[in-house]
Amino acid sequence: MVFYRGHLLICGGTGCVSSGCKDIIIAFQEELRKKKLDEEIKIVETGCHGLCEMGPLVILHPESVFYCRVEVKDVQEIVDEHLMKGRPVSRLFFTEPLSLDKVPKYQEIGFYRKQQRIALRNCGFIDPENFNEYLACDGYAALEKMLSEMTPEEVTNVVKAAGLRGRGGGGFSTGTKWELCAKATSIKKYIICNADEGDPGAFMDRSLLEGDPHNVLEGMMIAAYAIGADEGYLYIRAEYPLAIKRTQTAISRAEELGLLGKNILGSNFSFTLKIKEGAGAFVCGEETALIASIEGRRGMPRSRPPFPVVKGLFGKPTVINNVETFANVPQIILHGADKFAAVGTERSKGTKVFALTGKLRNTGLVEVPMGITMREIIYDIGGGTFEGKKFKAVQIGGPSGGCLPEDRLDLPIDYDSLVQAGAMMGSGGLVVLDDESCIVDVARYFLSFTRSESCGKCTPCREGTMRLLEILERICAGQGVPEDIAKVEKLAYIIKASALCGLGQTAPNPILSTLRYFRHEYEAHIHDKKCPAGVCQALFDYRIDDRICNGCTICAKICPVGAISGERKQAHQLDIVKCIKCGICLERCPKNAIFKE
Amino acid sequence: MALEQVKQEKCTEFISDDMDHKLEALLLKNEKSPEILIFVLQQAQNIYGYLPEAVLLRISEALDVSKAKVYGVVTFYSQFHLKPRGRNIIRACQGTACHVRGVSRIIGKIKEEIGVNVGETTEDLRFTFEAVACIGACGLAPVIMINSDTHGRLTADKVPAILSLYE
Repeated sequence: MVFYRGHLLICGGTGCVSSGCKDIIIAFQEELRKKKLDEEIKIVETGCHGLCEMGPLVILHPESVFYCRVEVKDVQEIVDEHLMKGRPVSRLFFTEPLSLDKVPKYQEIGFYRKQQRIALRNCGFIDPENFNEYLACDGYAALEKMLSEMTPEEVTNVVKAAGLRGRGGGGFSTGTKWELCAKATSIKKYIICNADEGDPGAFMDRSLLEGDPHNVLEGMMIAAYAIGADEGYLYIRAEYPLAIKRTQTAISRAEELGLLGKNILGSNFSFTLKIKEGAGAFVCGEETALIASIEGRRGMPRSRPPFPVVKGLFGKPTVINNVETFANVPQIILHGADKFAAVGTERSKGTKVFALTGKLRNTGLVEVPMGITMREIIYDIGGGTFEGKKFKAVQIGGPSGGCLPEDRLDLPIDYDSLVQAGAMMGSGGLVVLDDESCIVDVARYFLSFTRSESCGKCTPCREGTMRLLEILERICAGQGVPEDIAKVEKLAYIIKASALCGLGQTAPNPILSTLRYFRHEYEAHIHDKKCPAGVCQALFDYRIDDRICNGCTICAKICPVGAISGERKQAHQLDIVKCIKCGICLERCPKNAIFKE
Repeated sequence: MALEQVKQEKCTEFISDDMDHKLEALLLKNEKSPEILIFVLQQAQNIYGYLPEAVLLRISEALDVSKAKVYGVVTFYSQFHLKPRGRNIIRACQGTACHVRGVSRIIGKIKEEIGVNVGETTEDLRFTFEAVACIGACGLAPVIMINSDTHGRLTADKVPAILSLYE
């Protein structure tokens, strides 16, 4: 075995790949070879570290020095200074957004300090395509422990006692689901991993499969043993090619090693796994629709009961869990229910992965204990909103969730508190909105999403979301009438009560929660014909402040329709009849003389 | 053979014999069962680049699934396409993060540059322009994907240079 004095972990998640990490890897390989360090320092391409905003990320172990936004031209300096002379390159350190301190070490960065990683524990630390690295991190130890010491009932009981709840959104007790399926009598049963992550603004499932696929496979094997299934499917979105590739690599390797197949580790337990690629339909995240899709049909949900645990894939009892749910399972089996249940709140145990995005400084993937407040996530981990921008709301739970205002930020987050506040855990997308985001526009955005993803089977969802969207579009276009708010509310409650599946039942949530906390914005659009955030184009005009404008002519030159005129060094005029409101003048004005009114 | 007949009637310049051989091999390899329909359609689309009518008829026959069902599945999932596609596929992300960080301006710029709307293909088949729900690279919003490359942290003025990378 070869020993290395240092490891260069380079993030190879989708975020960093698009920021150019592949070139960084090649540059490091060349540079290390040139300096004859390639036998001392090992380069590891890992899964996602979470701080995608700052990518490409490079972490140097054993010192755990964290470099961000590394470019090819920085590589030589890192090798010369840090690896040869032991002097870290401080200009590439992470800068704390509030204090502006340079932080050299990974663990000391605010973004990571408050996190607690169970599901993501290996993501970013191991090479996801190298089986041995997973093995070295307690990989398949839970499987071994289970097969040698535990009965299927014991496994179910431990998961139940741990209080693990479904991480895909609904929050149903995982142990109870397994127990119900275990009790169903059938020779054939199935396990399905739902990786049809369709919520706009959520990407934890992708990162888990890209960063630590064996962990998810091990979770699925444990579930299969508990319920007595011998066959499983991973239903992965086709939009995630890297996740599919790495999962397939992991499955093939596990098969070669006898961890999948017949009589696993010499036991009586046999299990095979297949990947099914989704074909692009959001509704397939709903379990009965997902089953229809695996069976080769249109992905339309059906009414329940019978639930899939009784009658699922090909009519057989089936357990469907989300990727993150499975990712938690091996740790529960390995370390016991008590250790897992020690984290979290009374009714929501463990941690939750959130995809933190929108108008804040540190965006990326974070795993935090349940019960943490939204304020801690947004300010301590996310670094708050951009300079000078005021926080307005946080949208949680995607198209099925809702918007929470500033005064709800100290709410401890768990499944139940969020539902009470009118939002929902959903899959864990957190989108921060500042005062330049229009609440009505955000509600309209989610409605247009659910409307186009509605499968069309039931009337409340098919017709109802259409009508809701029409009204919201009217309001955004400045043609809202005072009765609209009451009409929207009534229709929203009817859809909630009568739609067939989760998609339709939760589709009105973004509207209802924004009406609850931001009714005044709807009223401003309807009564005053004003969009306070300056987003709805029909409700504002661009103007030039002639006291500030110094006549630099940039705006006049850049305007695509010639709506701006004026003499050099004289205040310019903007013709609002010609103006198409593209906003480019406002972006380019060096004096900030252009404003919306 | 349905494929032969339809091709004689509606021969399109995009289909080659080589593609048809691949399709036949694919159909031969897979057993006759409705549950592999989506998989077969995905593979067929990889071969042809889209799903021509003749191919759908051939698949319906080979898998013993009614034409109506095949058509139903194809039109249900956004991944399947009934018209020829451009050499380069531009996917503009419509996710929440991209929405609030102003992807609509990027979309406007792309429209202006290539002269077609979302959902359309340029006449020279250089680009197909689509909007997708979420690429899952929210940390880099606003984001577009061209083929399998992700371009993040975009501003409208970066668009022309990026498009020029794809012929």
